[in-house]
Amino acid sequence: MSRDKILNAAKQNKPALVSLPELPSFTYAANDLVAAFTAAITKAGGAVTLLKSQQELTQKIQAIYPDAQRIANFIAGDTASNKELLKEVALLDVVVLKGQLGVAENGAIWLTDKDCVERVLPFITQHLILLIEKETLVGNMHQAYGVMGRQNPAYGVFIAGPSKTADIEQSLVIGAHGPRSLQVFIVEN
Amino acid sequence: MRVALFVPCYVDQFYPKVAIATLKLLQHLGVQVEYPMQQTCCGQPMANGGYEHLTGSCNSNFIKAFAGYDYIVSPSGSCVLHVKDHLHDERQEAAATTIRQRVYELCEFLTDVVQVKAIKASFPKKVALHQGCHGQRGLKLASSSETVLPFFSKPVQLLQMVEGLELVELDRPDECCGFGGTFCVTEEAVSSAMGLSRIDDYTKHEATVITGTDVSCLMHQEGLIRRQQLPFEVMHISEVLVAGL
Amino acid sequence: MNTPTIPHPEAAATFLKNKERVQWHDETLWFVRHKRDKIVQEIPEWEQLRELASQIKDHTLSRLDEYLQEFEAAAISNGVTVHWAADAAEHNRIVHGIMQKHGAQKIVKSKSMLTEECHLNEYLEAQGIEVVDTDLGERIVQLNKELPSHIVLPAIHIKKEEVGEIFHQHLGTPKGASDPLYLALAARAHLREKFLAADIAITGVNFAVAETGAIVVCTNEGNADLGAHLAKVHIACMGIEKLIPRTEHLSIFLRLLARNATGQNITAYSSHFRKPVPGSEMHIVIVDNGRTTQLGREAFRNSLKCIRCGACLNTCPVYRRSGGHSYHNATAGPIGAILAPNLDMRKNADLPFASTLCGSCTDVCPVKIDIHNQLYQWRQVLTQEGYMPAAKTASMKIMAGVLSSPARYSFAGKWARRFLRWFPSLALNKKLNPWARQRELPEPPKESFREWYKKNGNK
Repeated sequence: MSRDKILNAAKQNKPALVSLPELPSFTYAANDLVAAFTAAITKAGGAVTLLKSQQELTQKIQAIYPDAQRIANFIAGDTASNKELLKEVALLDVVVLKGQLGVAENGAIWLTDKDCVERVLPFITQHLILLIEKETLVGNMHQAYGVMGRQNPAYGVFIAGPSKTADIEQSLVIGAHGPRSLQVFIVEN
Repeated sequence: MRVALFVPCYVDQFYPKVAIATLKLLQHLGVQVEYPMQQTCCGQPMANGGYEHLTGSCNSNFIKAFAGYDYIVSPSGSCVLHVKDHLHDERQEAAATTIRQRVYELCEFLTDVVQVKAIKASFPKKVALHQGCHGQRGLKLASSSETVLPFFSKPVQLLQMVEGLELVELDRPDECCGFGGTFCVTEEAVSSAMGLSRIDDYTKHEATVITGTDVSCLMHQEGLIRRQQLPFEVMHISEVLVAGL
Repeated sequence: MNTPTIPHPEAAATFLKNKERVQWHDETLWFVRHKRDKIVQEIPEWEQLRELASQIKDHTLSRLDEYLQEFEAAAISNGVTVHWAADAAEHNRIVHGIMQKHGAQKIVKSKSMLTEECHLNEYLEAQGIEVVDTDLGERIVQLNKELPSHIVLPAIHIKKEEVGEIFHQHLGTPKGASDPLYLALAARAHLREKFLAADIAITGVNFAVAETGAIVVCTNEGNADLGAHLAKVHIACMGIEKLIPRTEHLSIFLRLLARNATGQNITAYSSHFRKPVPGSEMHIVIVDNGRTTQLGREAFRNSLKCIRCGACLNTCPVYRRSGGHSYHNATAGPIGAILAPNLDMRKNADLPFASTLCGSCTDVCPVKIDIHNQLYQWRQVLTQEGYMPAAKTASMKIMAGVLSSPARYSFAGKWARRFLRWFPSLALNKKLNPWARQRELPEPPKESFREWYKKNGNK
C-alpha cells in the first residue's frame, strides 16, 4: 500500500532530528494601525472608509454603489432576511460581511465560514464590502494568528483586496474571477 | 607575515599585467609578497564542470605551493571561493584546512587584514564596477541586492579612495555577466546575452572604464566589447588601484 | 505535448533568436524581482523570517513521517478523505477514480504545480475528461496547448497580442483585441460559466498544517475558492513536503510567500480549508513522486523546503534569457534544475549546467535553500553516474593532467599563447570555438606572469 510505502521511506530517509525554533514575538513598529492598514489595502487595490458608527453603513453603501440592485447585507440583516438573494448567489452585486480582525502590515481581513455566511459569498459577488471594528486591528500576522490561531474553523480566509491578476504581461487587472472591488469600512466606536 | 600571491592560471597566461598590478599594489602598501613558482591552477574549471573528482592532483599541488604562508592573496574572487569551499586532500587535510582559512581575495585582504585607509592612486574617469558573483555573494565582498542587510562593498570602499574616480550607479548593480566557467562555451548564447546586458547598463550610465574583482568576468565582457568595437577600457580593480602610482 | 527533449543550451539559443522578445522577457521578470526587493526592504526582520522558515522546514523534514500521520489523522477526523500516491501515475488514477465515482465530467482546476508535474491534464484528456484551468495564466497556456513557463506566472512568455489571438480563436473575442483589462474580463465571463457548472474542483496546496489537518491555498484571483465552494467535491493535491507543524507557523510563511513571489504584501486570498461543507466532499491526495528519494539524498534534501514562490526564476539571469520552456520540466529555473534530476537524471542532466552558479537564487530564497551549491553537487553526481559526453570527460582529464603539474602547465601555457598569436583565425573559428561566436579572444601576451616574475619579481 502506498501509504505505508511513503511513510516508511520518509522514516528511513529523513535526517536526524532538527529542533523546531521558538517563534519570537515580532512587534509591529508603526503606531498608527489604521493608517498602515489603509495604505496596505489601497496598495492592493481596495478602499478604506472610516465610519463613526455602524449606523452610517447603509447610507455609505448606497453612496458608493448607487446602481447596485442585489445587495446582500449581513450586517443589517441575517440569512433569513437575505434568503431570496441567496437563492441566486451568482447574481449578487454587493455582499456586506463583517470581518473578525484586520492586519495593519498587509491589509488582510480574517473571516471564518460563519462570517462568510456561505463560503462562496465573498468570492462570487461582484463587489465586496467588509466591515471591521477599529479595535480589532493588529500589527502583523503573528499577532493575527495569536488572536485567531486557536479558533480552528472549518474554513477561514484572509482577504486582502479585490480579486486580481497580472497574468497578461504583468498588467494589473482588478476583478479576475472574484469581486471587482473591495470596500473596507472601519468602525471607530 | 609571509604573504603568498596566488595568480589564477588564466591570469598568469593571458593577463600577466593584472598579477603585476596586484604585486605592485601590495608592495606599495607595504606588504611583502612571494609568488610560489609551484602553483598552477585551483582546479575550479574541472570542479564546476562536474569533475571535482579529477582535481585531486591539482589540490595536492596547490597545497604544496601554498602551505606555510600566513596569507594567500589572489586577484580573483572566484578562484578564492573555490579554494575556500572545495580544497581538500585526504593525505594532508590539516594543511588544506589551514589554506582554506588563510586564502583571501585581494580587496578583502586590503580592507580586512591590511586595513587600508588611503591609497594614493589617481584615476579621473567614470568607472562602472562589475562585482563578480563569486566574490560578492560567495565571499561576501559586498552586500547583495537580494538580502536585507546594511549596504557594504569592499571593492567600492577601495575605489572611493582613488582620487578623481567617479563610480557610476548601475541599474542592476549585481547582475551576473554570464561568464560562469565552462558555461561561457556550453551555454554560449545565454552567456553572451547576459554579457551584452551588462554592457548596455554601462553604456546607459556613460561609464568609460569597466572594472571588477574577477578577471574571468572581465575577459568575457572584454571579448564582447572588442567584437562590438565599443570604446570601453576594461581593467581589473588592481590596475585601477595602482593608477598614477 | 510529448515532444522530444531539446537540451537547454539549444532551446535557449532558439529562444534568444528573438532579441526583442528576450529583452522584454528579461525586463518583465526583472521588474517583478525589483518589486520584490522594494517590499522586502520594508520588513526589518526579513532575514530572521527566512532563517525561521528554513528551520521550521528543516525540522518538519526531520520528522516528516510523524507529521504526515498527524496530518492524516486530523484530516480524517475533519471528515476529509485522504489518499496516498507513490507516484504520478497513482496520483492521476486516484483523481480519476474520484471523478468516476461521481460521474463527473466538468472539472475546474486552480493552480497546482504538482498536477503539472504529474501531467494530470493529459491523463484525464486521454480518459475523455476535460479539465479547465481557471488561473488566467494557466488558462492561456492551456488554450494555446502549452505548459506553464513559470511556477507563479504561467504565461509570462506570451505577449498580450498573442493572448488576444488565442482568445479570439477560443473565446470569440474580436480579432486584434489585446488590451489586458478587456482580455481578462473576457476570461472572467468565460470562466464564470465553468465555475458555476463544475462538478469537481481541483486545487493545489500551499501549506498543510499537521496539527489541524487544514490546507492553505493562496491565490490573487480567487479561483481556488470559487471552484472549491461551488463544486460538490473538492480535491486538493499536495506533495508530502507541503507540511508545516502548527497553525502559528503560517504567520512566518504568509509574510514571506507573496512578498518574495510578486512583491505583494500578501495574496488577495489566503484560504484555510479544514472541513467540507455538510453534503459536500473534500479529498486530499498526498503525493510522493520521488520526494522521499530526494529526502534521502543528503546534499539535495533541503530542496524539499521550497514553497514555490518562484523568486529564484525571476532573479535567475539564465532563466530570464532562456525562458521557462527551455528547462523541459514542469518546474523551470534554478529550483527546477535541482528538482528535475531527482526525477530523471538522464533526461535532465543538462539542467544543473544551465547556471553560472552566481548564487542569486540562494540569496533570494525565502527558505534558504542553497540552490547554487546543489547545482554544483548535481554536476558532480551526474558526471560520476556517467551522464556526461565522453568527449567532455576526455578533455577534462587532459586539463586535469596539465594543471596538476607546474612543468606541463608552463609548457602548455606557452604553446597556447603562441598558438593564439600564430593562428588567430583558427582560434576564432566560430564553428570550432563557441567562445568566438560573439567574443574576441584575449590578446596573448609575450610572456606569462611567471616568466616575468622570474626576471623581475625579486627587485
